[in-house]
Amino acid sequence: MKSRIFRAPEGSSTGGASEAATLSTAPAVGAHASAPLGPIKIAARDVSVFYGEKQALFDVSLEIPDKTVTALIGPSGCGKSTFLRTMNRMNDTIPGTRVTGRIEMDGEDINDRKIDPVLLRAQVGMVFQKPNPFPKSIYENVAYGPKIHGLASTKGEMDEIVQKSLKRAGLWDEVADRLHSPGTGLSGGQQQRLVIARAIAVEPEVILMDEPCSALDPIATAKIEELIDELRERYCIVIVTHSMAQAARVSQRTAFFHMGKLVETGDTEEIFTNPRERRTLDYITGRFG
Amino acid sequence: MTDAAQNLTEQGTTGVSPRTQRLKARLRARYARETRFRWYGRAAIGVALAFLVILLGSIITQGYTAFYAHTVTLPVYMDPARIDRSYPQGANFEQIVAEQQIRRLSVQDDEQGTKASAMKALLSSELKFQAAKMIARQPGLLGQTVPVAAPLSDDAEMYLKGKITRDQPEDQRRVSNAQMDWLDRMKASGAVRAHFNAALFTKGDSTQPELAGLLGAVVGSALMLMVTALIAIPVGVGAAVWLEEYSPRNRITAIIEVNINNLAAVPSIVYGLLGLALFINFMHLPRASPLVGGLVLALMALPTIIIATRSSLKAVPPSIREAALAMGASRTQTVFGHVLPLAMPGVMTGAIISMAHALGETAPLLLIGMISFVPGVPHAIDEPVGALPSLIYIWENASERAFHERTAAAILVLLAFMIVMNAAAVLLRRRFERRW
Amino acid sequence: MIWIFLLLLIAFAVLAYVAGRALAVRRSRGAKSHSRPGQHGLYALSWVGAPALAMLIAASVFSTSIEQQMMRAGAPDSVAQLEPFRREAFFADARLVGAGQEARQIWPAPYAEDLPAEGRRAHRIAATLNWGGGVAALIAAVLGGLFVFTRIRPDLRARNKVEGWITGVLFACSAVAVLTTLGIIFSLVIDSLRFFSMVPITEFLFGTKWSPQIAIRADQVGSSGAFGAVPLFAGTFLIMAIAMAVAAPIGLFSAVYLSEYSGKKTRAMVKPALEVLAGVPTVVYGFFAALTVGPALRVFFNGIGDMLIGGPLNGLGIYLSLVQNQMALVAGAVMGIMLIPFVSSLSDDILNAVPQSLRDGSYAMGATKSETIKKVLLPAALPGVAGALLLAVSRAIGETMIVTMAAGLAAKLTLNPLETVTTVTVQIVTLLTGDQEFNSPKTLAAFGLGLTLFVVTLLLNIVAMRIVQAYREQYD
Repeated sequence: MKSRIFRAPEGSSTGGASEAATLSTAPAVGAHASAPLGPIKIAARDVSVFYGEKQALFDVSLEIPDKTVTALIGPSGCGKSTFLRTMNRMNDTIPGTRVTGRIEMDGEDINDRKIDPVLLRAQVGMVFQKPNPFPKSIYENVAYGPKIHGLASTKGEMDEIVQKSLKRAGLWDEVADRLHSPGTGLSGGQQQRLVIARAIAVEPEVILMDEPCSALDPIATAKIEELIDELRERYCIVIVTHSMAQAARVSQRTAFFHMGKLVETGDTEEIFTNPRERRTLDYITGRFG
Repeated sequence: MTDAAQNLTEQGTTGVSPRTQRLKARLRARYARETRFRWYGRAAIGVALAFLVILLGSIITQGYTAFYAHTVTLPVYMDPARIDRSYPQGANFEQIVAEQQIRRLSVQDDEQGTKASAMKALLSSELKFQAAKMIARQPGLLGQTVPVAAPLSDDAEMYLKGKITRDQPEDQRRVSNAQMDWLDRMKASGAVRAHFNAALFTKGDSTQPELAGLLGAVVGSALMLMVTALIAIPVGVGAAVWLEEYSPRNRITAIIEVNINNLAAVPSIVYGLLGLALFINFMHLPRASPLVGGLVLALMALPTIIIATRSSLKAVPPSIREAALAMGASRTQTVFGHVLPLAMPGVMTGAIISMAHALGETAPLLLIGMISFVPGVPHAIDEPVGALPSLIYIWENASERAFHERTAAAILVLLAFMIVMNAAAVLLRRRFERRW
Repeated sequence: MIWIFLLLLIAFAVLAYVAGRALAVRRSRGAKSHSRPGQHGLYALSWVGAPALAMLIAASVFSTSIEQQMMRAGAPDSVAQLEPFRREAFFADARLVGAGQEARQIWPAPYAEDLPAEGRRAHRIAATLNWGGGVAALIAAVLGGLFVFTRIRPDLRARNKVEGWITGVLFACSAVAVLTTLGIIFSLVIDSLRFFSMVPITEFLFGTKWSPQIAIRADQVGSSGAFGAVPLFAGTFLIMAIAMAVAAPIGLFSAVYLSEYSGKKTRAMVKPALEVLAGVPTVVYGFFAALTVGPALRVFFNGIGDMLIGGPLNGLGIYLSLVQNQMALVAGAVMGIMLIPFVSSLSDDILNAVPQSLRDGSYAMGATKSETIKKVLLPAALPGVAGALLLAVSRAIGETMIVTMAAGLAAKLTLNPLETVTTVTVQIVTLLTGDQEFNSPKTLAAFGLGLTLFVVTLLLNIVAMRIVQAYREQYD
């Protein structure tokens, strides 16, 4: 049993994810933190990312527990989104990108050549900054993933998946009567929840969120945050956010990135009240960023 | 490999969740579709490139033979009995030369002189003009034997270039076995020699393929493009400047903009009809002249030039305009002193490309009369001329096979001009391209 | 002659500039001038140059037709009674004689005597017109000068006036575009109306027999000719359909490959190659179709036909063995090749306009590239692609040289790609490049066809551009 699963990059010795790692119960601070943290889902070790010649991420090592919301914070261009995209190999889609180091999910290196990115992404869903529903109906949007992966063999099964996903995303009541109208006709917040429904329709284990509320108004943001908190029961959630208030509201664990490096990581409460690093303090108190 | 690990790899379906099994079962088929789809794309590009290669290849293989030609040089006894000193043009030189050549090859002619006629068929009518010119210049040559050089006839040329072969049945080809033998002997003796076909570039059109050249059409096209450039570039740039820098946002501007976009897509033959009705039938400008051709092409090129100029004006950042205006410059001073000079490389690139396009345009030229035979080389913009593309059309329609290789050669020359113009445009863009 | 006047005009204009400048300097002595002397100079220049230039242009545009009128009006009776084209030939020779050159034709007795006199007359007329135009231009310049030099004063807003001139000229340049459209419409509509007064428009649009040959003698059989354009429309449609069947899949798939799959290197090689294909003049495609593709396809089909003859498909074999060079398939296929780069580059632009976020969304769901393309990109890009294809259709319909050189003249009502068909554009060229007589329905029919072509392509373009525009705005 290790007490510090989230390792700071500097100064701490290597802790193996292969060792059976379960998180000790976090100190009960506030409603969020009172929930028990799950076992380690993803463990990154010495991950560096290069876009062509330019290095965007420097030797990041981070462990992410299951059934928990982990927030990645930091000023723009600090590498938090880049790191997020390594976890479902979305960086593969950008030509000239190179990833080094290990990212283990359930103990296996996802950058291994044997790993199929298609299967990986069926297990690691992703929600983007701007809501990006496909120009199809609401139903078709949610059914997209199950269809391509062949998860439903009958129309009834598909209806069930769509309904279940929309319900989990908290959108069912609003769209039940217009499942076949275009998804692009919804409001911004609804679109973002539709995209979340689309992601959970393939029953992933991990959901990555890249600033999911940055394009939304405060009311829609509040709804999404509420939803994230509910989803935590079933999924491992990693969220990149610009807003420290949001990180404080929704996450149990926080990792602070700066200039492509992971500066500090720990329980959200601790990071915000008692950071170990000077830079973290400067950032969360608004001295830069 | 752990249970969880197996969830993500393609191999192995034992001991994994049913969901993952399902995913994996489909994966092979999905990747097969992926590969197939990728090959469709590759095939499409391959087919497009293959077409390009076949197109250019077929033109080059058909056309390269036109760049060389054969000249026959024969000693001719200028028989005073058959050549009138005062009117050498009237003498039948071809007959005289053919008869002498038959004798020189020790061929016995029959009473109708069919052998001499067959020999005559191998010689170009140019021979007559050459010989007559020599006598007219130096009457003293009469009674002497002098070498005369002239092209071979188109049929003889086709044989020497291997386009007529002995494999074909003799009655189905235009060169008989005997004529082939003679040509072979004359070639062996050095009387017939191959050389670069300079006449192709120094002569105008002719009804005889071996005498037909491109110079007339090249000059005609050049005159026409000159008219086009002088009209289309200033007017096009002016229109673009007005639309981009001066125009108020109102209905008239909107109408003009829609108009320009639509004009860019009007079929070229409609411009030909416009030229015929407006410039020739209404304004009575001379038919088939570079003036009319240039006007029509200018109207056609106008939308392209306007669109290109506008986009390079748009690329000049507004900060430049604001800076100039803030210094107290008027709008006109700003535009002509600062914005337009900065946009000039883009404007010129667009103009050159549209000129290259105009150079290849054919259909409207046919309608304004550039379809008739024009011998010689033009030198004014108000007389009938031929143009390169219309000459290609005329030659392609000609029945003589020798015109086919010349058509292909004319195409190669046209393409060469276009490549040079486009290369100039690309260089201009590379040299002066500015990133704001 | 006109060049001399033009040089003179430039000299005048320069003089006006210098004088205007000097005048402005002198008159503004002591006072604060609104505009700089150079601007006064330019103002003087514009008033001296512009009216004179307009005069010269008008003179050179109209002098030819005035000259022809005068030649005709003053001609001796013997010449006036000649048939129009002989008369014009005579006048052409008279002009040559007048200019001191030799006549091109040999004229028999009555005309030969008239020729020298007519030559002198032609010379006189030409000289009068030339001098008349030139002098008119000079007068205009002088009047403009007189007007402007009285106005140069320190408080004259010369700069604004000059800029007004410039704005006016620029606006005139833009107006040329509108004038071109009006010119097209008028020249097509006027002659089409004359055509439709001879041939009812319903017969033209719905008639199924096209044979525009007009008999030379009025009593000859079939002297009226038939002007039912349906076979031309069918032929145009057939060739367009074949062209699109070639260009749409190849163009679309290559665009998809280039925008979604290929690396930078492939793109950098393939794109210029496609641009070369796009830059090849249509007359070259026509040559390729007529002399390479046509014979090759004929040999191919004849070969298949020869194999089938005597077998169970004997009839088809005989048909195939008689297929000719000029089949619709040849023109259509080559036109398709011509359109590949057009479709490809338009579709490429359209696919690139689909936001990256949709691709990301699909990849993040675990979709493969082809699934993303087929299920997200293409449906999203559908309107844009449809617009692009419509533009290509409009191009195919208006394309002239390929069909003129590779399709036939026989107006057959068929959808068989191995038959010879003719198109609207082919007939326009044919009707207007033979011997022309004005006011005969045969010549005017070309304008009727031209108007139809213009209207159809215009509608297609407007619809296509609307679609593409709406599509782009959707993702802006």
